[in-house]
Amino acid sequence: MDSPAPNSQQTPWVRVHMGAAALGLEVGGDWTVDTANTLERLLADVRPGTQDRVEADLSAVTAMDTVGAWLLHRTGQRLSASGLSVDATGLSPRYRALLDQVQRNDRTCEVAPPEGNAFVRLLEEIGVGTVNALTTFGQFLSFLGLVMVRFASVPLHPRRLRINALVHQMEMVGLRATPIVALIVFLIGAVVVNQGAIQLRQFGAEVMVVNLLAISVLRELGPMLAAIMVAGRSGSAFTAQIGSMVLREEVDAMRTLGLNPIDVLVLPRMLALGIMLPLLTFLADLLGLLGGMILGWATLGITPAIFMTQLLEAVSLRTLAVGLIKAPFFAVIIATSGCFYGMTVGGSADSVGRNTTAAVVQSIFMVIVLDALFALFFSAIGWS
Amino acid sequence: MDDQTPPNPPSPPAPAGAEAAEVAIRLRGITNRFGPQVIHEDLDLDVYRGEILGVVGASGSGKSVLLRTIIGLQQPAAGSVEIFGRDRLTLNADEEHTARRNWGVLFQDGALFSSLTVAQNIQVPLREYFDLSQDLLDQIASYKLAMVGLSPEAGPKYPSELSGGMRKRAGLARALALDPEILLLDEPTAGLDPIGAANFDQLLADLSRALELTVFLVTHDLDTLHTVCDRVAVLAERRVLAVGTLAELLQFDHPWVRDYFRGPRARAAGITIP
Ligand SMILES: Nc1ncnc2c1ncn2[C@@H]1O[C@H](COP(=O)(O)OP(=O)(O)OP(=O)(O)O)[C@@H](O)[C@H]1O
Ligand SMILES: [Mg+2]
Repeated sequence: MDSPAPNSQQTPWVRVHMGAAALGLEVGGDWTVDTANTLERLLADVRPGTQDRVEADLSAVTAMDTVGAWLLHRTGQRLSASGLSVDATGLSPRYRALLDQVQRNDRTCEVAPPEGNAFVRLLEEIGVGTVNALTTFGQFLSFLGLVMVRFASVPLHPRRLRINALVHQMEMVGLRATPIVALIVFLIGAVVVNQGAIQLRQFGAEVMVVNLLAISVLRELGPMLAAIMVAGRSGSAFTAQIGSMVLREEVDAMRTLGLNPIDVLVLPRMLALGIMLPLLTFLADLLGLLGGMILGWATLGITPAIFMTQLLEAVSLRTLAVGLIKAPFFAVIIATSGCFYGMTVGGSADSVGRNTTAAVVQSIFMVIVLDALFALFFSAIGWS
Repeated sequence: MDDQTPPNPPSPPAPAGAEAAEVAIRLRGITNRFGPQVIHEDLDLDVYRGEILGVVGASGSGKSVLLRTIIGLQQPAAGSVEIFGRDRLTLNADEEHTARRNWGVLFQDGALFSSLTVAQNIQVPLREYFDLSQDLLDQIASYKLAMVGLSPEAGPKYPSELSGGMRKRAGLARALALDPEILLLDEPTAGLDPIGAANFDQLLADLSRALELTVFLVTHDLDTLHTVCDRVAVLAERRVLAVGTLAELLQFDHPWVRDYFRGPRARAAGITIP
């Protein structure tokens, strides 16, 4: 029997002769994965009556692959399980080897880990979720502690600080974030002036819009917007970078080579953010004021000279300081979350995605909570 | 060109079997570069239908890159790749999709999908191309796993929970999932124990006989070359230095080829100079 040319498929067929003593089975055509659907249907219809024997003639089979061989084997198994003796003839030796391969490897395995009852699973997920949340929190704190200890020991062991990595990270998280941070606060500054003026005009106190702008940008909007942008940009990048290194066993390799992953991966990132986020915040402050000033000049007729006079009356250096002081704390939160979730990646590519989301959500959430705490603190000490 | 290279490498004989040697994969004038580094230059190679072609070469000589070129993952700087007489570059997206149904590829590092279990990995190509019942899918995954020598416990595991050799076998099972006509394997026996490697050789021999597989087999395993390969191609000096049966290559006079096939390991594998 010659091999068929590619693409010339023969429809498979199954003929059943219900004899008195023997069930005659004649099959032919292509027995391949392409025809498996048809075959499965045809074979399901083969049901023995009162016979105790099956005589199968396989000589008309024109092509066979392992799926076809499997279907043949499976049918044979089913028939002998219902008490018939199966006698198959005529299969070409080529396909016989295939049938043998499949026969030898007839085993059942689970496809996915067992799932269990839906309700039990729900309870289990709630329990596991709670425990995980708590342990993650504990791990996060101990990670933070570990990083702090390594950080504190840097003055004693200056070599632990990787200057090259630090400079590289400063460029990635700071320098490259300047355009987007600048643009966003510039626009927000303009919007604050625009909206504020509409309200203040009712009291004839349009120029007070400068106070509104200065206080909100310097105290809240500048630091918060810079931190949130950086959390989205760099927090996620930290998790994804470190996470894929963990997956490819690079972090394990580091440990074996005597490198401390905290020194190599975490400290440069944390320090770079600690240096760059205050600078970005300062930039955000300036650009926010600039945006407000330009809009005020263009639409309200507040000239830069009037703007500056009003600005110096409204704010002091303390207002600027209140905003800037928060930036390093935000930086620590963002860097720790990003690196922590990167280090805890495990298993599949999915977990990189999951952890990246967690890192960004958690750092933005904690930035906002911390900002609120700072507000309470500053008003308590009278720096309002 | 250096002098020791004879102008005509051993002429490629037709593979075993009487039928006229139809070319399954035809590479002509392939040049591959990475920046200034030239990997292949004007490389020609034919793989005949139904043969198992072993591809050997020093580490870094460009075997994996050649395999990627055949699959289309690496765009050559020059040259053509023909699969069953059709230039791969002229296929449109649909034809490409259909053509891929006939290929099975095992990457050097397994390349399993990390978010699927081993059994689900094997079912991916089956689901993509066919609409089979879940029962049949599960049974196919089961026997494919057993064929490549994995125990049933490996089925529901995720790739990150497997050993290196198990990942390799799972990758092989996925490559075999569709019983493809052309099988491209990158070091399938690397990382397998000798028994597993011997079983693999047997499996490949059985499958290639029954399914008339065309196999492009990158390997350093001298036993595999000896037992299952119809012909062997030697990749060196940026081209196919020589191609022929093992016996022919043993006569081939080139220092690297001589060291490769006549070293102590070759003797241990039972390769002897006739
Ligand atoms: N993506 C890439 N970019 C740059 N160079 C590459 C790339 N992939 C491969 N190379 C280079 O091409 C050459 C051939 O690589 P290839 O992976 O094909 O080697 P190989 O023959 O498969 O070796 P081995 O036996 O170790 O697997 C190497 O020198 C490698 O550095
Ligand atoms: Mg390789």
